[in-house]
Amino acid sequence: MSTDPQRWVAGHVAALPKSGIRDFFELVSKLKGQDVISLGVGEPDFVTPWHIRKAAITAIEDGKTCYTSNLGLLELRRAIADYVGTHFGVGYRPDDQIIVTVGVSEALDLAFRAFCNPGDKVMYHQPCYVSYHPSIALAHAQGIAVPTYAKDNFALTADTLRAAWQPGAKLLMLNLPCNPTGGTCDRAQLEQIAAFCREKDLLVLSDEIYSELTFDGTHTSIASLPGMAERTIFLHGFSKAFAMTGWRIGYACGPAPLIDAMMKVHQYSMMCASIIAQEAAIEALRNGWDAVVQMREEYHRRRDLVVRRFNAAGLRCHAPRGSFYAFPDITATGQGEGDFAVGLLKQEKVAVVPGTAFGPGGRGHVRACFATGYEQLITACDRIDRYIQSLRS
Amino acid sequence: MNPVLKLLIDGGSLTVAQLAQVAGLSVAEVEQHLEQLKKDKIFLGWRPVLDLSHEAAAAAAVQAVIEVKLTPERGGGFNRLAERISRFDEVESCHLMSGGYDLLVFVKGPSLQKVAAFVSERLSTIEGVLSTSTHFLLRTYKEQGFMLAGDPGRDARLNVVA
Repeated sequence: MSTDPQRWVAGHVAALPKSGIRDFFELVSKLKGQDVISLGVGEPDFVTPWHIRKAAITAIEDGKTCYTSNLGLLELRRAIADYVGTHFGVGYRPDDQIIVTVGVSEALDLAFRAFCNPGDKVMYHQPCYVSYHPSIALAHAQGIAVPTYAKDNFALTADTLRAAWQPGAKLLMLNLPCNPTGGTCDRAQLEQIAAFCREKDLLVLSDEIYSELTFDGTHTSIASLPGMAERTIFLHGFSKAFAMTGWRIGYACGPAPLIDAMMKVHQYSMMCASIIAQEAAIEALRNGWDAVVQMREEYHRRRDLVVRRFNAAGLRCHAPRGSFYAFPDITATGQGEGDFAVGLLKQEKVAVVPGTAFGPGGRGHVRACFATGYEQLITACDRIDRYIQSLRS
Repeated sequence: MNPVLKLLIDGGSLTVAQLAQVAGLSVAEVEQHLEQLKKDKIFLGWRPVLDLSHEAAAAAAVQAVIEVKLTPERGGGFNRLAERISRFDEVESCHLMSGGYDLLVFVKGPSLQKVAAFVSERLSTIEGVLSTSTHFLLRTYKEQGFMLAGDPGRDARLNVVA
């Protein structure tokens, strides 16, 4: 009989590849203490605004340490309904169309588990956030990657969607603006995607976590388009806009029977999101907007800085309309994304993430997060310049 | 709006070279903007922000806030008196206030005696000054946006995150 503990690991989990980010993280960790500037992070460099932290402290002082309703505090759901109604133009009932989750990550997991039968097909655009495909696989569903291209500024187009579609496709996963590309779709592009979803009867999971970090034009939610609210689960959270990554607080909005199905999975697995994070989230939605605007302006300036510097250095880089990621094309250096990232790290101590960590569509690109102070950003750009020069000589 | 002025208002702590990078201008262009802002008396100059509780920086460590009540002058109102008080080198800043007194004056001096002498011999003797109420600063926790205690700016983020 085998004594290898591996024999107890479920087959579909054993079959999951490890995140490509993990290896790179290990490599960067080995250089600890060596003046590494990391553009590899995926979160704001701002600390959560003090008034939000204070609200959490007050909640603890007031003894708010219990479970909440499975759906989350009604007061928070009301605040979410107001916010989503005002900012995205979609009305949701706090009583049965909104569920508060442990970050958008949990909401996604709930959705895949609630809506996918084994073998159901989920379409998702790629390059994409590293956990989409594994989350689909963990729900015993089958992922269909739909490519997005640099020539389209990494917007998803209805044509590529149609070309990738297969019979049995049930869900479409959207993340606009997108991590890692910063790509997004304008209203006209979304309308074509929406028409395709209606034609093929697709349910849409729309992760709009970066929507408050839209720099050019206005963000449109696919849920706000005619005939789409009834087939869309709108996913959003507090991590990016309010710099609240570590609080793990997000939410899903959608038709009541679908939210109810997600709630079933949530109540048996998670029970509820932390009440302290929920109290902080109420404060964020009520009084956090000045800080959101300030942080957005700051990211906007940093985006302009890094995109200008990358292009000047000979890396073709589109200006991401949203998110805090630049996704430059590094093929002009003659290196692949892996060699470029490792070489840059070893030679110049700047960490960027190879684009293929986000799927094969990221080939020839690296992701550089510009949620870092000016001094570090400027030094990082100088070092990248120097690295590219060294490749030429 | 002047792009350099916008950055000064929003950020404040960038060097000229960094201002140039962020605004997408050359250093010479930023200096031109700063020169113009100086001419327009919008940008008055740079000053270091120091933690005066450190021994090494304690040369002018006594600071006081003085509430001053005035009798407004015929013709000049509060302005002429306020300007007269502002001219003293000891005065760091001077503001006309709403409420129970007229001027709030921030004063800095090398010792408690020097500041006390300034108040009793020079400030309170000015014609038009009705009364003064002096408060000495005991400890500073935040100065011009900088936290002095703790290390809230430390970056605890992981190096590489999805």
